[in-house]
Amino acid sequence: MRPPRRLRDLPTAWTRGAAGVLITFAIVEFLTRAEFVNPAYVPPASSVLAETVGLFGDGEFWGALASTLWAAAYGLGRAIIIAVPLGLVLGLSRWAYRAAITVVELLRPIPSVALIPLAILLFGTGTSMKAFLVTYACLWPILFNTIYGVHDVDRVGVDTARVFGLGWFKRAVRVNLPAASPFIYTGIKIAVSVALILAIGAEIVAGGSSGLGIEMGEARALGDLQLSYAYVTVTGIIGLLLYVAMEVIERRLFGWRGT
Amino acid sequence: MSDLVDTELAVVRSDGPIRRWLSVDRLADIGLRLVVLGGVFVVWLLATRAVDSIFFPVPTDVLPAVWNDWLTDSTTWDENIVPSVVRLLYGFVLAAVVSIALGLAIGRSPVLREMLEPTIHFLRAIPPPALLPVFLIIFGIGDLQKVMVIAFGVAPPILLNAIDGARAVDQLHLDSAAAFQIGRRGRVVKVIFPAAAPNVFAGLRVSMSLAVILMVISELVAATDGIGFRIMRDSRNFAYVDMWAGLVVLAILGILLNAGLTLIERRVLRWRLL
Repeated sequence: MRPPRRLRDLPTAWTRGAAGVLITFAIVEFLTRAEFVNPAYVPPASSVLAETVGLFGDGEFWGALASTLWAAAYGLGRAIIIAVPLGLVLGLSRWAYRAAITVVELLRPIPSVALIPLAILLFGTGTSMKAFLVTYACLWPILFNTIYGVHDVDRVGVDTARVFGLGWFKRAVRVNLPAASPFIYTGIKIAVSVALILAIGAEIVAGGSSGLGIEMGEARALGDLQLSYAYVTVTGIIGLLLYVAMEVIERRLFGWRGT
Repeated sequence: MSDLVDTELAVVRSDGPIRRWLSVDRLADIGLRLVVLGGVFVVWLLATRAVDSIFFPVPTDVLPAVWNDWLTDSTTWDENIVPSVVRLLYGFVLAAVVSIALGLAIGRSPVLREMLEPTIHFLRAIPPPALLPVFLIIFGIGDLQKVMVIAFGVAPPILLNAIDGARAVDQLHLDSAAAFQIGRRGRVVKVIFPAAAPNVFAGLRVSMSLAVILMVISELVAATDGIGFRIMRDSRNFAYVDMWAGLVVLAILGILLNAGLTLIERRVLRWRLL
């Protein structure tokens, strides 16, 4: 049980978090400056950081960022549209759940990366290939969280709805779905980071024309490691920002739940 | 993250409390699964027949290849399956030990947690393929590098779940332990770890499926053996039947690893199911 977070608690969390980041940065800076490994391969943290800041004035960077984020968002959106209704049905029906879980158990362990050759065959190396992989990988956390959320619904709420004569569909949409929404949200939160990782991962492994992963690879191929690591840093920053944004939205939407 | 935790457990437990090994319910369950598996096969067969493309070989070609070229081929075991699985297990166990220890420590200290959380989420967002070159430089091109890629990639879910688990320890239990003058080590082993164990296992499950993915990723660069290596090679050589057979092998591996972990989980968490 987490104690409810109050607004005045935030600043300490933020300053401590910032202190943690600074300390980590200092350690990495020391390690890279101490040249335990050849600086030609691993450039100092501060020069990577400077390069990262420089990226924000670069038009090519924004194009790559847009391409990657679009593929991630498109794939994630499709995963939500598929997984939430599916999870709702599987969560409500015991037999549908049992039948489907066999297929799910069969498909889930197939690593999304192993699907890259297949995805390239089907979609080439463009946005639809990335989006396909993102959708596949994002399905699972959303699906499982939706099923669990539906299982966790208060029986009294469902029975009340039944007494009032609500049909199966209306009960699902008006009782189970809202009750499961915090869990679904958690699934989406996990899926957001998965989506980003996969979109960039697919670019690195499969290649293509635009995206952060492509820029990373091109910079490395040209021997500009600093630029390559700057793109890696940007990826981490975007992931962190998305995480913070998802947390803030969660607190606004589901703060009443006290989680 | 804490919700994910329960999710995984709840999905397992929603099958009901431990049932007798052979009951009507269980037989019905197995029967249903077999029917569904048959259905999957038929759909696969009909779909590939309808498409009729070399990219999508029919399962009646793929499944024999799984058996002949993968599961009963001793060279395949020596060159592909064993190296991959060994590296996967090393990486997974390494990540689990380090992440659980770190996670419990971080979870018990609010200051430490607030300091490290942004850094953890920053690192988590970096896709493992982007780290491959760095790991190549630091750890060389051998097995160590691949084990480290797997360990680094599977660590975050275990770490984050262990942190959440350690945070949720009942203060009353800790106070009782203190009242009985149980030392620091005893408290960690007897109070904090058992309380955090369900969360830890949820993290381990997520990480186990991640581990298979990372195993494949780690074999994309500078690899000469492994399951992922062979799948990539097959797809480049247009050997699509073998490639699909490799995907089936990965699925089987994933299911087996998951089943193994479930067995361990049932043992460790037995007290919780009673």
